[in-house]
Amino acid sequence: MRYEGGGGLTVDAEVRRGDFTLAVGLAAAPGQVVGVLGPNGAGKSTLLSAVAGLTPISSGRITLAGQVLDDASTGAFVEPAGRPVGFVFQNYRLFPYLTVAENVAFSPRARGLGRRAAKSAASHWLDRLGLTDLAGRKPGQLSGGQAQRVALARALAGQPALLLLDEPLSALDAGTRLDVQAELKRHLADFTGPCLLVTHDPLEALVLADTLLVLEHGRIAQEGTPADVARRPGTEYVAKLVGLNLYAGHADGSGVALTEGGAFIIPDHGQHGDVFVAVRPSAIVVSAQRPTASSARNAWPARVAGLTLLSDRVRLDLHGQPPALVDVTPAAVAELSLDPGSQVWLTAKATDLEVYPRDRQSG
Amino acid sequence: MVVTPAAPSRLTARQRTRRAARGGASRSVPVPLLAPALIAVAFLVLPLAGLLIRAPWGRMGAALSGSDATQALVLSLWTASVSTVISLVIGVPLAWVLARTSFPGQRLLRALVTLPLVLPPVVGGVALLLAFGRTGFVGRLLDSWFGLTIPFTPIAVVMAETFVAMPFLIITVEGALRSADQGFEEAAATLGATRMTVFRRVTVPLIAPSLGAGAVLCWARALGEFGATITFAGSFPGQTETMPIAVYYALENDPDAAIALSLVLLVVSVVVLVSLRDSWLRRGPVP
Repeated sequence: MRYEGGGGLTVDAEVRRGDFTLAVGLAAAPGQVVGVLGPNGAGKSTLLSAVAGLTPISSGRITLAGQVLDDASTGAFVEPAGRPVGFVFQNYRLFPYLTVAENVAFSPRARGLGRRAAKSAASHWLDRLGLTDLAGRKPGQLSGGQAQRVALARALAGQPALLLLDEPLSALDAGTRLDVQAELKRHLADFTGPCLLVTHDPLEALVLADTLLVLEHGRIAQEGTPADVARRPGTEYVAKLVGLNLYAGHADGSGVALTEGGAFIIPDHGQHGDVFVAVRPSAIVVSAQRPTASSARNAWPARVAGLTLLSDRVRLDLHGQPPALVDVTPAAVAELSLDPGSQVWLTAKATDLEVYPRDRQSG
Repeated sequence: MVVTPAAPSRLTARQRTRRAARGGASRSVPVPLLAPALIAVAFLVLPLAGLLIRAPWGRMGAALSGSDATQALVLSLWTASVSTVISLVIGVPLAWVLARTSFPGQRLLRALVTLPLVLPPVVGGVALLLAFGRTGFVGRLLDSWFGLTIPFTPIAVVMAETFVAMPFLIITVEGALRSADQGFEEAAATLGATRMTVFRRVTVPLIAPSLGAGAVLCWARALGEFGATITFAGSFPGQTETMPIAVYYALENDPDAAIALSLVLLVVSVVVLVSLRDSWLRRGPVP
């Protein structure tokens, strides 16, 4: 059996709050999980709030399965209680004075079922999410992962046509996060309605979302499949999240002149005009001497500005033209006796440079 | 200048354990604070000790039954309880309106409804008399339409007590409503709950501890009400003579009865305090 779900969600709206403006256009098809990725203050939660009806939009409209939820031009507005929405809040907001079963029965009861019917609806959902043993507990007696499941059960028990998840895993510790994430992925796959999932964790977005939307400063900075966004970041922010060096530049067919100085030789990449070049930190090689020249390699001098130990490698912050983040082994740091201030040479193979057009506005 | 360690004082093993557990430095009270603090304690405790010392322990039963004590106690208990129920029924919605809505004149309204907190109760009694007395502008209508006369009846006692005590409930509940996490109410709305359902099933349970504390506070204030009651309701034994009024009159002709009645009120107060302990006293300042 699949969860109930309706038609698609469309948002084409602006929300103004003081100085901040959120302007978003998006469409989520039934069964599709749209990941909304962005830094704090980008407007992610405001977007969910607007879809749930907790924040009215200032202009534009929001529809679900063709029916208007909010339309600023006509003034039509469906109150939050009247929207078939399941909302999993960031800190879950489980009612602390109710048991798990009563929390899950809340929505069926509020949506008009009798006490007994609501209770049996709740027990169905408790069973589906493996919570039957916890039915009598209070939220304060649950672990983070359990609370997350209860929040999901409570949202789904209202038979929503649309699911909204606000940082569903951010309250969990690293140890349980992966398990809960895998479980959440299964449940999202069973949900037939559209789903918006807000997160600032790129891994969460890559794993859970079918399509990604990067929100920065209240605007959509990039959208695409998770793989595409991870491989070809459209902004500094995304590049940093997925751990890539990103350079804006101008391409002329066989080379790219970088906007902030420096150039890459990239034979036959076929791009012309404004492009991005993305390079993995592990694809750049550090050496003490100038390497022998080669048409397939780019080499440039740089100065070590900082070293950070990541679990099994050291990330070098290098100043040069262009600057770069490079990962090397701790052994290499010792061999090259790298210190802040050391002069080194960097090389990158042309085949490791991902060149793609800069079609969206970038930061 | 070189700073050298001060001469060591002595720290017992017990003090060491306590400081280690609680953290922080010395907790001994500086003398300039200790002396006034002790005077304050003496001032607050000595009168109560006086009450206990002078109590006619031997003939307590006689002292209580000899006067109109039972009547007064029963009257006090039921009027205070009715006042509290009325305050809950009309005061909690008002607290909600004050905490959750905004409209022009709201600050003025809040000031007006909390005025009885600082108003001398006698003034409240006079005001009630002027409004609901037989010749008052509301009382006159009640008299001519329904033949209803309020002053100097138990109804007047309830009204006087409610007038003085309800603001305690209102500001306690309003404070709780303001500090309650509205995220839960938002969550309830997304789960399909109407505004009234949210109030009933989310807001009220969330503020239940403060609601209880406010109700107890309101009840205690109503029980001790004297000035407004004696002004608006008078002191007819069995009709409008509540415990505090009975104590006041007994002091003139039967001091033992007055002390015995006072002890009863003291016991009631202690019970109230104990019941408030968890929800109110420990949480620190509540207006």
